Amino acid sequence: MRFYQALDLPPRLALDPEDLQRRFYGKSRQWHPDRFSRAPAAQQQESLEMTAVINDAFRTLRDPVQRAEYFLGEHGLGPTKHAPAELLEEVFEMNMALEELRSGDESARPPLEAARGRFQHLLAEIDHGLYDMSIRYDEAPDESLLHAIRSGLDRRRYVSNLIRDVDKELESNVHLSN
Amino acid sequence: MSTFQIDFGEGQPESKIVGIDLGTTNSLAAVMDLTGPRILSGIVPSVVSVADSGEVIAGAEAREMLLTHPERTVYSVKRLMGLGFQDVQDDLKLFPFHLAPGGDAVLKLQLGEQVMTPPEVSAHILRKLKRDAEAVLGTPVTQAVVTVPAYFNDAQRQATKDAGRIAGLEVLRLVNEPTAAALAYGLDKRKEGIVAVYDFGGGTFDVSILRLHEGIFEVLATNGDTHLGGDDIDNLLLRIALEDIQSEWAEDISTKSDAVQILRRAVITAKETLSFVLSTAIVFEYGGKRYERAMTLDVYDRLIAPIVERTLARCRACLQDSGVKVEDINEVVMVGGSTRIPLVRAEVEKLFRTRPHTELNPDEVVALGAAVQAGILAGDVQDQLLLDVTPLSLGIETMGGLVSKIIHRNSTIPASATEQFTTAVDGQRNVLIHVVQGERELVKDCRSLARFDLKGLPPMPAGLARIEVKFLIDANGILNVTARDVRTGAEHSVEVKPSYGLTDEQVEAMILESFEKAQEDFKERQLREARVEADAIRAATEKARRDDAFSSLSDAEQKLINRALGELLVVYHHSDHLLIRAKIDQLNAVTHSLAEQMMNTAVRGALKGTKI
Repeated sequence: MRFYQALDLPPRLALDPEDLQRRFYGKSRQWHPDRFSRAPAAQQQESLEMTAVINDAFRTLRDPVQRAEYFLGEHGLGPTKHAPAELLEEVFEMNMALEELRSGDESARPPLEAARGRFQHLLAEIDHGLYDMSIRYDEAPDESLLHAIRSGLDRRRYVSNLIRDVDKELESNVHLSN
Repeated sequence: MSTFQIDFGEGQPESKIVGIDLGTTNSLAAVMDLTGPRILSGIVPSVVSVADSGEVIAGAEAREMLLTHPERTVYSVKRLMGLGFQDVQDDLKLFPFHLAPGGDAVLKLQLGEQVMTPPEVSAHILRKLKRDAEAVLGTPVTQAVVTVPAYFNDAQRQATKDAGRIAGLEVLRLVNEPTAAALAYGLDKRKEGIVAVYDFGGGTFDVSILRLHEGIFEVLATNGDTHLGGDDIDNLLLRIALEDIQSEWAEDISTKSDAVQILRRAVITAKETLSFVLSTAIVFEYGGKRYERAMTLDVYDRLIAPIVERTLARCRACLQDSGVKVEDINEVVMVGGSTRIPLVRAEVEKLFRTRPHTELNPDEVVALGAAVQAGILAGDVQDQLLLDVTPLSLGIETMGGLVSKIIHRNSTIPASATEQFTTAVDGQRNVLIHVVQGERELVKDCRSLARFDLKGLPPMPAGLARIEVKFLIDANGILNVTARDVRTGAEHSVEVKPSYGLTDEQVEAMILESFEKAQEDFKERQLREARVEADAIRAATEKARRDDAFSSLSDAEQKLINRALGELLVVYHHSDHLLIRAKIDQLNAVTHSLAEQMMNTAVRGALKGTKI
């Protein structure tokens, strides 16, 4: 848990963003290479490497999703590539609609927009669930919760990719019709 | 004549780190004082020229030579820094750059009989700034903070650092220009909140969004274009005027480089005038003919609108990357000469919904910020700290010419990423890693940065080797790569082949060459000084020989003096200053008693005329 150590934080899934920012600034003041420009080479190198870790840590930990992925990775739980079974039917229909829109069928646009709305709603639900589980895990660490968080993250990744694909198609077609 | 040696001992002040704004059009140096940053001496136009004598001239004098010796003079060389031949094809149509043959990884420019790479040209500008700074400070200047456009890639940054080294300056830090401006701006006002810096200079455009909090200047996002600036407006107006002249005079003057430079000066004057008035004219006289074209602000605005729009698109992208909403921007700081254009000010105000700050001198604020950063590095400024980002994503080439991003753009630097590599074939002895910069998915659409060769792997079955490679972008935004054998833990050697730019050996050779030139310069000066002294003692001795005191000397004494004077005249044109000095000393010695007698006579004469 190098990233947590770099910012003097206990390894927790839920973090206070303001506290995180304060720690980041404090550690930067302490370790930034600007503070060591007239120090011996060995100290300069140490400051460079420490600052790189501090920056990488802050960048990862400030984003709840990246933070959870890092946390799980440190527990040996990397992402899986399972597509969530309950979404398969809807994804199939959406892909059909995307295909129609690509071939110029504008009637596919409203159902796609509706599908995007449903996925965005689902994403918010998943985020809410992840937040809940994170709090529960911090209070009472439990391996099975980590597995549940992992499948939440897998679903989240899948859904946000879907939204990205739909966004791209809806936008690029708007440009074409202009 | 005896001399005094004043021993300043340990009280001698430590040499200052100067802050340098190495601009496309103008360059400037500043330094941090107890009271704050201050500009050292004047603006140095970023123009370099080779005189007929072979002497290299930088600054205002070189800018004048742009009109008289356009073939031997180069401006806006910053546009060429860190680029290869393919990159500059568009610029070559618009700028009178004379490329010399043989510029593969680094361009070579022909200036008269001399061939120089862009870092060497920039080094001449830096050397001029260094000398001017030394004259003002009275101490040698050996260390500097140099600013670069925030959107400069690795090769462009490295080229700037090389220029410093060639000029005899240790570049302690490269600072992004908009960030430097924010530093100068925020230091003064002790500001808090979100600040956008819009930096539209002579050749480059940058926008950065920063959070200022208790002396920390955290860059949230940056964007820009390293080939977008006032130069582009000049070229646009120049093209229009050239077309006009061709139809009016039935003559194509675009091939006459002196005419083009005079016309370029005329369109720049018109452009600058339109920052203050509603209408002006481009006036050009050449070969006894006169061209005049009226230009109203309305027409001008319409002409430059597409260029201004390109900067606004970058601003929108930067806003999106920063995660900041436009209404959360507290201040907009304007930097660079092109922000004097009324349309630019109006459009920036519209976009950020904030009246931009224009009270700072847009030409000086970057140099002042560089001086503040120099103060931070020297430890003179304690409570301020700059946290900057890398403008471009760093990636490595993977199967099928795809890019795998390992450090994303707008990551705070220093930033690092670690990747493991292995072999694909049994007995493979080396692994080649291709590193690129850019946002696109395909290697061919990104900018090749360097190829790293991991050599000397022990022969093993495919996939067994485990080499961990650490990519680290330092505080200058420059990539460093180290490799380690995971099984043995031993450091692994990495051979770097930069795609663009000078190798270390080439830079070393240039430093040596410039050092030798500096030695020559020094010798030249010592020789001149010795001759000046010889002239003085010669004149004094010749005058003394006509004095009564001389005839009162013995024949032997007179002969000695005449011989010493003759010998001095013989060595006078010698190139060894020590020889001249030796003869000066000799003449000094043999004229000693003569001088004493003359002095006594003079004193006596003076006393005679004086009533005691």
